Amino acid sequence: MRREAKKKMNIEKSQLVKGAKNDFVFVIGLEVHAQVRSNSKLFSGASTEFGAEPNSNVSFIDAGMPGMLPVVNSFCIEQAVKTGLGINAEINLISRFDRKNYFYPDLPQGYQISQLYEPIVGKGIISIQTEEKLSKKVGIERIHLEQDAGKSIHDMDPTTSFVDLNRTGIALMEIVSKPEINSPFEAVEYIKKLRLIMRYLETCDGNMQEGSLRADVNVSVCEINTYQKFIETGDYDLLGTRCEIKNMNSLKFIQQAINFEARRQIKLKEAGKEIAQETRLYDPSKNQTRPLRSKEDAHDYRYFPCPDLLNIELKRGWVDKIRDDLPELPDQKIPRFINDFNITPYDAEVIIAEKATADFFEAIATNTDGKIAANLLINELFGRLNKDSLSFNENPTTVEQMRELINLIQKDEVSSKGAKEIFDHIWNSGGNPTDLVDKLGLRQVQDTSFIEQMVDDVIKENPAQVDKVKSNPKLIGWFVGQVMKKSGGKADPKIINKIVNEKLT
Amino acid sequence: MSEVKLTQLGIKDSRDLLNKKEISATELTNAYIQNIEESSKLNAFIETTFDKALMQASKADKIIGTDSQKSLCGIPLGIKDLFCCKNVKTQAASDILENFIPPYESTVTQKLWNEQAIMLGKLNMDEFAMGSSNETSTYGPVINPWKSTGSHDSLTPGGSSGGSSAAVAANLCTGATGTDTGGSIRQPASFTGTVGLKPTYGRCSRWGIIAFASSFDQAGPITKNVTDSAIMLKAMSGFDPLDSTSAKIDVPDYEQELGKDIKGLRVGLAKEYSLQNGDSEANRKLEEAIKIFKNMGAEIVEVSLPHTEFALPTYYVLAPAEASSNLARYDGVRYGHRAKLDTNDSILELYEKTRSEGFGTEVKRRILIGTYVLSSGYYDAYYKRAQKVRSLIKNDFDEVFKKVDIILTPTTPTSAFPLGSKGTQDPVEMYMNDIFTVPANLAGLPAISLPVGLDELGLPLGVQLIGNNWQEPLLLNTAFNLENTLAFENNPKKWWA
Repeated sequence: MRREAKKKMNIEKSQLVKGAKNDFVFVIGLEVHAQVRSNSKLFSGASTEFGAEPNSNVSFIDAGMPGMLPVVNSFCIEQAVKTGLGINAEINLISRFDRKNYFYPDLPQGYQISQLYEPIVGKGIISIQTEEKLSKKVGIERIHLEQDAGKSIHDMDPTTSFVDLNRTGIALMEIVSKPEINSPFEAVEYIKKLRLIMRYLETCDGNMQEGSLRADVNVSVCEINTYQKFIETGDYDLLGTRCEIKNMNSLKFIQQAINFEARRQIKLKEAGKEIAQETRLYDPSKNQTRPLRSKEDAHDYRYFPCPDLLNIELKRGWVDKIRDDLPELPDQKIPRFINDFNITPYDAEVIIAEKATADFFEAIATNTDGKIAANLLINELFGRLNKDSLSFNENPTTVEQMRELINLIQKDEVSSKGAKEIFDHIWNSGGNPTDLVDKLGLRQVQDTSFIEQMVDDVIKENPAQVDKVKSNPKLIGWFVGQVMKKSGGKADPKIINKIVNEKLT
Repeated sequence: MSEVKLTQLGIKDSRDLLNKKEISATELTNAYIQNIEESSKLNAFIETTFDKALMQASKADKIIGTDSQKSLCGIPLGIKDLFCCKNVKTQAASDILENFIPPYESTVTQKLWNEQAIMLGKLNMDEFAMGSSNETSTYGPVINPWKSTGSHDSLTPGGSSGGSSAAVAANLCTGATGTDTGGSIRQPASFTGTVGLKPTYGRCSRWGIIAFASSFDQAGPITKNVTDSAIMLKAMSGFDPLDSTSAKIDVPDYEQELGKDIKGLRVGLAKEYSLQNGDSEANRKLEEAIKIFKNMGAEIVEVSLPHTEFALPTYYVLAPAEASSNLARYDGVRYGHRAKLDTNDSILELYEKTRSEGFGTEVKRRILIGTYVLSSGYYDAYYKRAQKVRSLIKNDFDEVFKKVDIILTPTTPTSAFPLGSKGTQDPVEMYMNDIFTVPANLAGLPAISLPVGLDELGLPLGVQLIGNNWQEPLLLNTAFNLENTLAFENNPKKWWA
C-alpha cells in the first residue's frame, strides 16, 4: 500500500513515561461499557431500576428458564443508534446478535447475547483535549449491544455465594476505542467526553458509582522511536503487548491503574523480559494491578450467531430521522455559546458540563447579558449547589428570577454585592428580585447631582489628599472608596469614578 | 357406540360426533383415559393430567353447541414432553430437569387450550429430542404398537416424538403435538402408520418449547389422518411476538383446502432420495404413490437436489452447535437436578457433577460435538462451512421449486426397527435414519409424512411430501388426495392391553 508523506510526530510531554533508559509513549485503548438508558432490559420486559430488592427485576427470560426466548427491545436499538450518531459513527443498517458462551452463575443462559461479527455501530470519532490543552481526535472502532451479567456476591458468607439477577440482561453498549489514547489524562477526558455526549443524548446516565458506566482499559507502552514508526506506518503490531485491566468504575482509579501498569511494563521491558498478554485487575488499596488470567487461560467463547434472533435491519430513513432529531451536542454548543453569549471558552465548558445547566444558561442568557448570566450561574448558583451538596435539578431558583436579577445588574440598579444578597435571599426564601431590591434597600444610587455633592464633600474634607493626588494618581481610588462609604455602599461605582476623575485630574 | 371404536375416530370424526351430541366430551375423554391406563407397556405417557382433562371435558360439554365453542372443543390431545405446560412436570425426558414444573405455558399448547382441546398428559420422547428411536429417554423407550408379522420383538416407534406417534397409533389420544428438528415428527409418524407434519420454520411459535436447535426446531401435529393434521395445524400456528423467528403470516383454514383436485400438480422425484434396495416393498409403495398421482392428473418431474448428500453431516454439525449453547442453562443453579457436592467443591464441580449426572450419553455426545465445532480454530472448518452448505441446500430447493410444486420422497430408509438394534456401536448408524427428513429442516420447508401401506414385515411405511415455504395448504391437500386413494388403515393388533 502506498503511504502518504510521513506523518508528523507530535508527542506531548503528558504522553511520555520515562524509563530508566528510554522514553516510552502510553498506548491506551478503552472498552467502555455503558448501560443503555431504558426502562426495560435488552431482551425482556423486566425493569432496569437500580437498587431494587435482589432478584426482583427478573423475567423468565433473564433467569434462563427452559423454552424462553429473547425478543429485542427496539428502544435499546434506537438508543445505540443515537449514541452512534452522537459520535459521528457509521450506522450499520444490518447487524446481528451473537452468543458468547461461558458458564457463570450470574449468567443464567450460559451465554451472553452480544454482537461480535456485525455490530450495530461502526467507526466514529470523539474529540478531547490533551493535558496541554491541545485538541485531539480519538477514533472509535465500534459500538455493539450486549446483555449485562448479573452479580455474584462472594463475601456475604464463607461457604455460599449469592447471585442477584436484577442486572442480568440490561442492555449495555460496549464502546471500543482505537488505541489512540496516549495518557492517563486523555483516558479520563475520553470517558468524560463520552459520558457527556451520552448524557446529552439521554442514552446512558453515566453513573459510574452505580456501575452504569464501566471500562476495561487496555494498556501497553511503546518506546518512543518505535512509536515514531507506528505513526508512519499505522502498524498496530508495533505498539507492543497489551494488558487489559478489567472492570474499572472510577476515573481516579483508571488514572492510577494506567500509571502503575505502564511503569510495570517499562520495568519488564527494560529488564529484557517479555510482557505477557493477560487480563489484570486493579487493586486500589495497594495501587497495583495483578493478573486475573493469561491469554492461554482465556475462555474460548465459541461465538456464533444467536439463532433465536433475526438480523437487525434498519431503514435509512429511520436513521436519518434520528440524526435530524439529535439534540445539540457539546462540541456544537461550546462555540455557539462563546459566540452568541460572548463568554469565555472556560465558562462555556463549565456551563455545558450538564445538559440541564446548559439549557438553564441559555434560558437566562438569551436577550439579557451572557457574561453576567455566566457569572451568576457559575459563581453564585453552582457555588451554592456545591456548598449544599445539591444536584442541579434541586436548584430552587427559576429562570424568571435569574433573568430579572441579570437585568437589575445590567441596568446597574444593584451592585454586584447587592446582587449577591438578592441571590441569597431567593435561594433561601424565594421572592421577586425587583421587589427585593427595595425591600432590602439595595437600589444603587445613580443620581449624578447627589453623587457629585458627595464627591465635593469628600474633596472639601480632605485637602491634604487632594494635594497628593496630583503626584500620585493612584489615590483616585481612595476618593472613590470614601464616596462609596459616604453613600452607604449604594452609589453606582461607575458614576463615582467618572465624577472623581473629572474633578481631580 | 363401543368405546374401542370411539377412540379410533381421530379429531375430525370426534368433533363431528360431539357437535351432533352423539357423544359427550366426558365420554370421549374417559374412553381415552381407559386406553391410557391399559397402555403402560407402551410407555408412551410419562405424566397424565386426567383430573384436568375431566374438568376440561365437563366444561367442553357445556360449551358445545353454543357460540363460545372453538375448533377443538372437547378433543383430547397428548403433549410431547418438550412443551412447557404450566404446573405440569416437564422434563424433556431428561434427568437434568428433574421435577421441573414450569410456571408458564408454551404458546403452542396455550393455543390448543384456547381452542378448548383437552390435555390428557405428557408424552415420552428422546431426551431433549435428541434421538431417532426414543431410546435416549430417561423414562426408557416407548414401544411401537406395531409388531412385525409373527414376531414379538419390541420395535421403536421412532424418535424423537416416539411417545406422540405411538400414542396416536395406539388410540391413546385423538392427536398429539410433536416437534421436528431433523425428522422427529415425520420419522415416528412413518414408523407407526400415522400422519406427521413439520410446518414451515416460523409457522408455530417456539416460545415455551424446550430448545434443542433453535434454527431447526418446529412444532407440528401427529395425527391419525391428513384432515386431523390440517385441523390441528391451524390451531397450533400463528405469529407470536414472543418468538422473534415466528412469521407474521396469516393462518389459512387448512381444512377447507382439502379435497381440491390436483390435476396439473407438478410432483418432483429427486434422484438423490432413492432407496438402496430398489426391489423392496418400500420402493413398490413409492411407485404406487407415483402412479396414483399420475392417475389424478399430476405431472411427475425428475429433479435433482445435488447437495443432498451433504445434508446429514451439515445437520449434525449445526444442530449440535446450537444445542451445546441452548443446553448450557442446565447448570444446577436455578432449577432441575443439582448434584450433591463435597465440602470443598466449587462452582466448577457443581457444573461438572450436575451435568455429568443429569445428561444422558447421546445428549452429552451432541454437546461435545457442538462445543467442538464452535471452538476457536474449528469454527471456520465446521460451523461456518456447514452454514455455507446449508445455503447451498436451500438454493437446491429454491431451484427445484421453480419446476415443481411438491417433492415426493420416502420418509425413512427402513420401517421401524427393533429396539437396541441400531447405533449401539456407531451413532452414525442411528443418524442415518434422518437422511430423507433432515434437508427440509435445513431449508426450513414444510414436509409431511403419511402412511402408504405395509412392507414385507407387515410394518407401516411412510412417504414424505416436501412443499415450498408456506405451502402447507397445497402440501396437505396433496397428502389428502393420496391418502384417500390409498385408504390405509391404522389398526395395529392390540397386544398391550
